[in-house]
Parts: sequence; structure tokens; C-alpha cells
Amino acid sequence: MDVGPALVSILRQGRYLIASIHTALDDSEMVRFQHDLIQQIGRYRSRGVIIDVAALDVLDSFGSRTLRDIAEMARLRGALTVIVGIQPDVAFAMVKLGMGTGSVATALDLEEGLSYLDDHVSNGLMLGDSATATRA
Amino acid sequence: MDNNSTLAAEVVSDFPSLDEQDENQLLPQLVAHLREHRTNLREEWADRIKGSHLLDAMTPQEMSAETTSVYDNYVEVLETGSVEALQHYARDLSERIIPRGVETHEVVGIVLLLRDVLARSLFEKYHQDFAKLNNVLDAYEPAANRIANTVAVSFVDERERVIRQQQDAIRELSTPVLPVRERLLILPIIGVLDSERARQLTEQLLTGIRTHRAKVVVIDITGAPDVDEAVANHLVQTVDASRLMGASVIITGLSPEIAQTLVTIGVDLSKMNTIGDLQGGLEEAERLLGYDLAGPGGQVG
Repeated sequence: MDVGPALVSILRQGRYLIASIHTALDDSEMVRFQHDLIQQIGRYRSRGVIIDVAALDVLDSFGSRTLRDIAEMARLRGALTVIVGIQPDVAFAMVKLGMGTGSVATALDLEEGLSYLDDHVSNGLMLGDSATATRA
Repeated sequence: MDNNSTLAAEVVSDFPSLDEQDENQLLPQLVAHLREHRTNLREEWADRIKGSHLLDAMTPQEMSAETTSVYDNYVEVLETGSVEALQHYARDLSERIIPRGVETHEVVGIVLLLRDVLARSLFEKYHQDFAKLNNVLDAYEPAANRIANTVAVSFVDERERVIRQQQDAIRELSTPVLPVRERLLILPIIGVLDSERARQLTEQLLTGIRTHRAKVVVIDITGAPDVDEAVANHLVQTVDASRLMGASVIITGLSPEIAQTLVTIGVDLSKMNTIGDLQGGLEEAERLLGYDLAGPGGQVG
């Protein structure tokens, strides 16, 4: 199915998948993204997933719930998820509206996210799946 | 019937033109009168100001200089009908006298006094011809009102500008975000934390986390005398938002009063990492960042 210019890119980086959301997604695009990502975790046998939302200046309740769901699904498929690049405005708006990321780990940017995964994913063993990056 | 209507039309058309002509000449006449008696009227005005104990903060020389220029400006505005020059002057005047503690009622008071003094002199001049006096006042009153209005508005505007400027200054001073170590920020909060300041604190903290790539933030509220429920909840939200950006927040220096208030009003602080004082907060922050702490003797543990 052709969806025009890529709204999301999912790249493989060693044992991790890096998914960057380039623009605001509507609900069906979000569901499609969830589907693709979960599928690829299995295909590449990934142990960690980084979802980069730095390009988003708005994140609605459906979006943040989907991100939480993805993290939980990824965990069931054996991968640890970390959300990176939440903008200051977005972060505060999310908290104001009571839609945090729950127990999903968050980190400042891609680099931090990678080092978080490096700390928590080790040789087929997953540690501290509910800890945040900062409480490492 | 035809004749009558033409006559009526002529009468109607004649009167306004006469009036207009009359009024067009009245204002220059009036201005000329005010210029002619400038010294007397100005002195009378200054006496009235002194009598009402307005502008006590000014010396007699300053007073004389200011009254002269206000008078001239006033008459000029009456003549030209343009308030722009007066606006400019009033702003300038306000800038000079506000720091000396001149109040709004004084400024409005002196302008109203001048209005009164000039109106009285017009009464005196035209009191024999009542119709003319009426016309003169018709021309004078709206202009005078506009002047009083302009001066008052300019003064208040200037005041508000000064207040805004000071608010900005306080705001900038009030919530510094200080990097103390690589990836460690401190936010000392001094003074009352109202909702506006809390909002600003959030904004500065979140952008600070971004620019300094902070991992740990210590918010020290030793200097904050009180916190209400709204602000406490806002603090909790700020902590949550910081976590979303990958930074953990340590709150230090909760005074006994604030601690009691927070628990009594039932703010959920279970997710907050609080430590007694700033020193302890810094030690905890360094531990989180993975620094090895040296003991008091300098021996590294």
C-alpha cells in the first residue's frame, strides 16, 4: 500500500529498531505504524526499540496511548522500548492533560535512548523494564 | 405651499452655515485670548495648584517651568486640535515625574485645574453675551476634555509601561536555571511562588533540560515561604513533564510549614523525590549521575 512520502521511518541499528515519526499522524496512520513496528520487532529479532518523537509539536491522547501500547506489545515480543525527544511544550501538555507515558521509559534524545538501551538490554536478558532512563 | 417649503429650506440651509462660520472663528479668537493673558492665567493656575497641595514634590522653579510648557501645549492643542504633540509631551513629563512619586490624581488634578482656570477666564470675557459664551464653551469643552483625557491616559500608560518593565526584570531574575555540573541543573526558588511564576518556572526548566541536556535537576525551595494547592500540583506536573524529557527531579528544602500544608491539602507527592536540604539533594544528584563521592578527608570511596 502506497502512502506517499514516508511519515515514519523504521531503521535497524544492530539489535535495536529506531522508529522516527516525522510528522503528526492521524489515528489510522498511528495504528498502521504500531502494526509495522510490532511486525518488524519479530522479523529482525530486535531487543530494543527507540521511538523518536522529536519532530512532533503535538501529541494527542490517542497518540500517547498508542505509544504506551506499542511499548507493552514490544515487551511481549521481547524488546524494551524507550521514547525519546519529547519537546518541552509537548511534555507539559501531556502532563496537564493527564496522559503520561505510564511506565514506559523516556529519554532526552536518540543518544540518551541508545545508552539507556545499552544499559538495560544485555545478552538476551532484559533488565528493569519499568524503570525510566533517568533512574538507571 | 411651494413658496413655504422653499422658504423653510432656505432658512434651514442658512443657519448652519452661519453657525459654522461663527465657530470657525471662535476657536482662533479663544486661542488668541488665552495667549494674550498667558502670564496672568498661568500664575493663577500655579496658585491654584499650590492651594490644592498638588505636585508638592516639585520645587517652585520646576513647577514654573512645567506649568509654562503644559500651558503652551494646552493652548496649542486647542488651536490645532492635534493631540499627538501633547501625547508625546505628556509621556515625556510622566517619565520625568513618576520616579519622583507624583500620583495619578495629581496629574489629572492639575490638568482639570487648568481647564477650570481657562473656562473661568472665558466666562469673564463673554459673560455679557450669553449666546456667544455658549458657542465658545461648545468649542472649548470638547477640546479641553480631550486634553484631560489624553494626559491622564498617557500618564497611566507610562506607569503601566514602567510596571511591565519591572515585572519583566523580576521575572528574569526570579527563576535562574543554573548548570552546576555536566548534566546537572539547579533551580533555586526565592520568594512567593504564584501561578504565573510557576508557569514560567516550568517553561524555563523544560527548555533548560533541553539546552543543557540535563539528566538530573535539583529544585531548591528553601527560599519559598508558602505554596498553595494549585502551585503544588503545578510542581508535580513539572516533575512529570521533566521525566518525559528524560530528566529526574529532586526537590529540596521543603520547609516544615510547606510539608504540613502539602500533606494537609492532599497533594499526591508519592512520585516526588524529595530530600531535606540542598546539600543532600546535590549528593543524591551526583549519585544518580554516577559521580564517585569523596569523603570529607578527600579519600575517594
